[in-house]
Amino acid sequence: MSVAQPANRPLGGPSFRRLLRRNAWTLGTYVLFLAVFGFTLSIHPDYGPYEVRSLVVGALPLAFCAVAQTCVVLGGGIDLSIGAMMAVANVVAARYMFHHDFQTAVLVALLVLVGGSLAGGLNGLIALRTRVPDIVVTLAMSFVWGGVALLILPKPGGGAPIAFMEIASGNLFTPWVPNGLILLVGVVALVWVPIKLSRLGLALYAVGSDRTAAFRRGVRVGPTRVFSYALGGFFAACGGLALMMSTGIGSPLAGTIYTLSGVSAIVLGGVSLAGGRGGVMGPIVAAFVLTLVPADLILSGTDPNLGQVIQGCLIVLVVMAGGLAPLLRNRVTRKTDETTLSAAA
Amino acid sequence: MRTGRWDVLQAQLRERPSLVLVAVLLFLVLLIGVARPGTIGGTWVANTILFAAPLGIVAAGQTLVMLTAGIDLSVAAVMTAAAYVAASQSYFGSIRAVLLALAVGLVVGVLNGLGVAVFRVQPLIMTLGTGLVIAGSLLVYSLNVSHQGPPAVPDIVRFVGSGKLLGIIPVSAFLWGAIAVIVIVGLRQTGYGRLIYAVGDNPVACRLAGVRAWLVLLVTYIICGFLSGVAGLVLVGAINAADLSLGDVYLLPSVAAVVIGGTSIYGGNGGYTGSLVGALILTVLSSLFTLLDAPDPLKQILYGAIVVLLAAVYVRTAGDTR
Repeated sequence: MSVAQPANRPLGGPSFRRLLRRNAWTLGTYVLFLAVFGFTLSIHPDYGPYEVRSLVVGALPLAFCAVAQTCVVLGGGIDLSIGAMMAVANVVAARYMFHHDFQTAVLVALLVLVGGSLAGGLNGLIALRTRVPDIVVTLAMSFVWGGVALLILPKPGGGAPIAFMEIASGNLFTPWVPNGLILLVGVVALVWVPIKLSRLGLALYAVGSDRTAAFRRGVRVGPTRVFSYALGGFFAACGGLALMMSTGIGSPLAGTIYTLSGVSAIVLGGVSLAGGRGGVMGPIVAAFVLTLVPADLILSGTDPNLGQVIQGCLIVLVVMAGGLAPLLRNRVTRKTDETTLSAAA
Repeated sequence: MRTGRWDVLQAQLRERPSLVLVAVLLFLVLLIGVARPGTIGGTWVANTILFAAPLGIVAAGQTLVMLTAGIDLSVAAVMTAAAYVAASQSYFGSIRAVLLALAVGLVVGVLNGLGVAVFRVQPLIMTLGTGLVIAGSLLVYSLNVSHQGPPAVPDIVRFVGSGKLLGIIPVSAFLWGAIAVIVIVGLRQTGYGRLIYAVGDNPVACRLAGVRAWLVLLVTYIICGFLSGVAGLVLVGAINAADLSLGDVYLLPSVAAVVIGGTSIYGGNGGYTGSLVGALILTVLSSLFTLLDAPDPLKQILYGAIVVLLAAVYVRTAGDTR
């Protein structure tokens, strides 16, 4: 899927259409979100600040998880232990923030973020050095991190100072813009955007789309891959902290569902699992869609247990629809290739 | 001189990587024998095979899928669904229960196969999606079916899953053995078996050679779904109780057994013999942890670490640099 753009494509031209084509999938995700949101408004007329807040707080962990998976997948890997790493971050926060003041909580949070980056980096390092496929390494590491989470906190408990939880669940400016949203946008803007604009971001995309080509271009492939995993670990730690802020307690098993939901979100958000294609905005919006759909089911009186079914169908159908477009395009180009070949013969 | 001898040894191991696996298996058995003298015996072997059978059977399906460069993440959900359907339908007769359970596996296999082979969805996404659909549907099913009598494991399933002939040989060993023979011989001797390797190794060459790759993929995913269903039945027969998360713990082991067994996740390389030994290794490993009475979190950490370690050792010795 990660075919490079032909180099001789004329630059400039109708740049708006080019922009549209490049971001078509992300725009599609926005439209999907608006459609689901519109549906929500239609069945829930008195939608207010409280509902917005609970949507944001509910979607925040998944959004961070999706960003984490995006970082890894863009670099050409996949990390199936992100949910377990979120659980570790979550229980560490819950255990060491309990009965402490705000300053301590922030200190713990910073340490958790550092630890998350190291944990993610360790995943990447193992995958790199052992040459065992990423899926296998991270699936096994999900057991390791899950065990670590259980060691730290055997059963749900702990807590954090109210002031710390307000970082996600309060609202600083207007009730319509919860702090969680500002936090999400802020972290992504401060961490992801500078990286994406730097050489490192370029290297990340290059390694993800074609490892050999990147190597021949002089990109340091190994360190870049480890970095993508470390970045994933960082955002997974953010997700664990967000989980802490939204639920108020630490739970060693809460992270497990996030691994699969995170993969769902990046797929919906237009990130190619082959690597090197996509961005973080699509997955973030997709995380909100995936949070909103089960809530809508409850509101509209459908069996909420169907949530998983709908999520599964949504992923498969969206990917099928997305796979159809390049397939048709390929068929056209292949036909033209064949005609030119036969003409040449 | 010593390095020369080591090179020869390594070359031989590269020729026959399964020797390493058998050595690891024997080492683990030895470890159990040392840790708890008197444990190793006929009964222990029989019980180990009994517990390894569901994993071995589901790993057979996973091996086939991985040989085509795919992966099936829905196997655990299918195992759970097949087990639960069999238990909840046993009220209407064993045959119907077993057939419905196997039908679940077949239907999921067809869905996966259609998605991957015809619609060209990446196997990871497709099977993830169907896994979610199956788990969700099962939840809804369990809420709506409970009034039709309590879930009970059909007798025939219990016989296959936990019965023992002559008081010692597990019945599931025969089923597992039959499946193993069919898969191993089928992969080596039949045209379909060779095509699985071909499609996994080089899909483009297959297409140019006129192979209907989509058909090979479709059949492979159907077989995998069916074998997952069978594994679910054997598992529920061995445990003798069904719940909604029965098979979940088999997701990592099913992949790990295949990878430890030397089948490349990139397709076209490997076989079922390795996965079979891999399934035994993983089962002996968990029984070792149980014998040592390690706390659960520690067990989990060690299990994950050892899986990575074994996979790494395999990649090193077999020289699979991909």
